[in-house]
Amino acid sequence: MGSHGIRDRVAIVGMGCTPFGEHWDKSVDDLVIDSTTEALASAGVAVDDVDAFWLGTMGSGVSGLTLSRPLHLDYKPVSRLENMCATGSEAFRNACYAVASGAYDTVMAVGVEKLKDSGFSGLTMSPPPGDGTAVELTAPAMFSLLAPAYREKYGVDEQEMKDVLTRIAWKNHKNGALNPRAQFKREVSKEVICNSPLIAGQLGIFDCSGVSDGSAAAMIVRAEDAHEYTDKPIYVKALSFVAGPANGPIDPEYDYTSFEEVVRSSQDAYAQAGIEDPRAELALAEVHDCFTPTELVLMEDLGFAERGTAWKEVLAGTFDLDGELAVNPDGGLKSFGHPIGASGLRMLFECWLQLRHEAPAERQITNDKKLGLTHNLGGAPGECVSFVSVVGAEPSD
Amino acid sequence: MSGVLSYGTYVPYYRLQRSAIAAALGTPSGKGSRAVASSDEDTTTMAVEAGRVAMRGLADGVAPGAVYFATADPAYLDKTNATAIHVALALPDDTAAYDMVGSVRSGVGALRAALDAKQPTLAVLSDLRTGLAGGNDERDGGDAAAAIVCGPGSDEAPVLAELVASASVTAEFMDRWRVPGARSSTVWEERFGGHAYAPLAEQALTDALKAADTTPDGLDHLIVTGPQARGVRAALAKSGARPEAVVDDLSATVGNTGTAHPGLLLSSVLDAAEPGALIALVVLADGADVLVFRATDALAQHRASPSVAQWIASGRDDLDYQRFLTWRESLVREGPRRPDPVSPAGPPRCVESSGSSGSSGAAAPSAAPATCRRHVSA
Repeated sequence: MGSHGIRDRVAIVGMGCTPFGEHWDKSVDDLVIDSTTEALASAGVAVDDVDAFWLGTMGSGVSGLTLSRPLHLDYKPVSRLENMCATGSEAFRNACYAVASGAYDTVMAVGVEKLKDSGFSGLTMSPPPGDGTAVELTAPAMFSLLAPAYREKYGVDEQEMKDVLTRIAWKNHKNGALNPRAQFKREVSKEVICNSPLIAGQLGIFDCSGVSDGSAAAMIVRAEDAHEYTDKPIYVKALSFVAGPANGPIDPEYDYTSFEEVVRSSQDAYAQAGIEDPRAELALAEVHDCFTPTELVLMEDLGFAERGTAWKEVLAGTFDLDGELAVNPDGGLKSFGHPIGASGLRMLFECWLQLRHEAPAERQITNDKKLGLTHNLGGAPGECVSFVSVVGAEPSD
Repeated sequence: MSGVLSYGTYVPYYRLQRSAIAAALGTPSGKGSRAVASSDEDTTTMAVEAGRVAMRGLADGVAPGAVYFATADPAYLDKTNATAIHVALALPDDTAAYDMVGSVRSGVGALRAALDAKQPTLAVLSDLRTGLAGGNDERDGGDAAAAIVCGPGSDEAPVLAELVASASVTAEFMDRWRVPGARSSTVWEERFGGHAYAPLAEQALTDALKAADTTPDGLDHLIVTGPQARGVRAALAKSGARPEAVVDDLSATVGNTGTAHPGLLLSSVLDAAEPGALIALVVLADGADVLVFRATDALAQHRASPSVAQWIASGRDDLDYQRFLTWRESLVREGPRRPDPVSPAGPPRCVESSGSSGSSGAAAPSAAPATCRRHVSA
């Protein structure tokens, strides 16, 4: 028994990522064709040479046919996965295991979501028939509960908290302004952010991530074969996924200042990757900033800051692009929106660029660290799933 | 000896000041405020709240043999609403549950039926009163619920107020009505209602006091209530009761809660009545019903908590009239660009309501409400 991981057994040898945004002129088919074409070209592989596919999408299609039809696949295995907002990461995780098991040589993980076709604001779900007792809160409402809970627990006053949340949004938009694939490609002033109309609790519109369409894809092969495809493969160091017991909302002990699922999945991932001090060892972290207080809490849950101190670290610029640990250097969900199935692979795409030193110069991280982390959260405080991966530019010693 | 064994009330949190209506519509300003059920409340949820208070006041192991739910504004037609109250109160499945819905008079009817029962019986009276914007019903109405467990007393559940006499007069006339599906009631001219109700009230009260072997000035508390304000005033004027015996009708703080009002006012009296106090409850609705109670020594140890006065004091009275109209669907506003909430589905609700039978109720935290418990552990 145990979580052993597949450290350095598989590697990413090609990736693609579409621009994220309101793609009124593109279908789901168009988006997956764009991302997979780029990923195949990046690895120098023809689609017929891919042995199996994993497609992550929450609601933009069902079954493997969602991918096999537009790609004209020649009777290949295609799995379609869903794991809430961690869907894209889940497609990647399962694809990696398939290669590590020896079942396939060359596989592709694809994530896609086309949210803008729904006509609704925010995310929508089609829950299974229920008894009517499920809590019906919007995502902003559920995540807004983090802010007052954190304030009360750590004695942060309301204005200080507003400044902290504002700075997180400001930082991510500042990074996104340097990213041609982002949905929002411009900086937003702190004044505009903190005066934006309130959506839920203390959260204004700029505390919330956008709604967009997008797709991203990754080519995965055995690590020993990786150099046949690229000089700079990215090695998979850790993959951890946790589904919590989902009893937070009815547990009087749950205080809305932490995601235990994130704590557990990050500890598991660090053990797999042999990381002892994530803040010191990671070159970058792409985390699930669905709302600004989420990113604040994640800094502590992922071990980047001591409990009760992340708010000070945020204000001090620790997680800025040029800070001690760059968090969301691509602009995060804040700048990209959150096309569910695509987000996890979009985060991985930033690690791919950064660790290969292929990011645009204005946002290329220049330290000599070789590890990147992606983190995906699905659900809401107290009832969620969490995914953490660690990838690296070099095999371990 | 039969009578009240336990009781509880619920007054929703929000109050609409009558001056807010006047300010919006340019109508003459009324005094005080009315209680308003929130957008996520209906007569069933308010009934559950009141029922919880009443059940808390009942000794462990005493379960009502039946639930009678009375309201003029049921959440469902055709389907029984009392079953939802039954499951929310976690009553045993051999407790019967029935609705008495559609008219204001069903409130006192449920109370009478519970008082006549041979075993403890829960009468839950709940109403959500509304009417067209600017009308009397909107201004004078109120939303609330009262739950009263009645039956023969026992050592575990002593009688708090003994029923000493009752009387009823039934009359068919067109003073107030609402056809199914209509948004508001049609009410005949005020003076006609006053004319119609006065003799009915006099007849029923006379009969009841005679049966109780007392006179009007022997009453310590006199409640007269009904949707026809002029008839109520006339009945009070002619009652012969001492002025200090007349019970505050809560019009200044809660409004007239229709079907629930007899239960709410009776509860407000039980909150403070001395042992031995003689209480007459007169309800004028499509006739007249009178119930005469005598408070017992047990009452002082079994008063409801919260009391009616505590509910009233715990509300907030700054509700916007526009919001009130929106909640009542009188003001049709653009909704959020979001899908409509999903309605409950039949089979999951059936499975998850079956609690103790089957495995789904097993690993529940004891603090969780019944419905959550089943939902979470499924």
